[in-house]
Amino acid sequence: MSDYENVSAIDQELQDFLDLEKQKAQVNAQLDEFNEICWEKCIGRPSTKLDHATEMCLSNCVDRFIDTSVLITKRFAEILNKRGGMNDN
Amino acid sequence: MADTATGQNKVELMSQVKQHIALANAQEMLSKMTEKCFKKCIQKPGKALDNSEQRCISQCMDRYMDAWNLVSRTYGNRLQREHYKGTVEMAD
Repeated sequence: MSDYENVSAIDQELQDFLDLEKQKAQVNAQLDEFNEICWEKCIGRPSTKLDHATEMCLSNCVDRFIDTSVLITKRFAEILNKRGGMNDN
Repeated sequence: MADTATGQNKVELMSQVKQHIALANAQEMLSKMTEKCFKKCIQKPGKALDNSEQRCISQCMDRYMDAWNLVSRTYGNRLQREHYKGTVEMAD
């Protein structure tokens, strides 16, 4: 056990680097998901530039998707809690 | 053995990891862009890509990257806002 601690102490820099890269990859995967969803929602036929309405749509899409995800998570937890409560009786 | 990773080795390893990740990201974007722009621009596949399809595809690629940047900025702002909210709530 102490050997392992020793090794991880030595490679702390490497560990930190990998943790950071992992975090970046997670953010990136999340971005891919948003982009996928909001592209389908907001983009019609591609034109010479993103117009203002499309830009608004994209950025609203990201924020509302996050809101939706938070709301559903909360409500789902409530439902699970209620069920749990019923099972206790 | 493992503890003798020299600084030099470590730097090399890190830059290799970064390169692999950059390559994987580029491949992912390429394949998504192809999928999305094919869907948008090729309604009825013909004998060849005609001029208007090619124009559509190159516009689509540019808009795809614009959209990606905007989505990324919006998400970044949101993360910052949530982070700020978190620190304020903790202070309360």
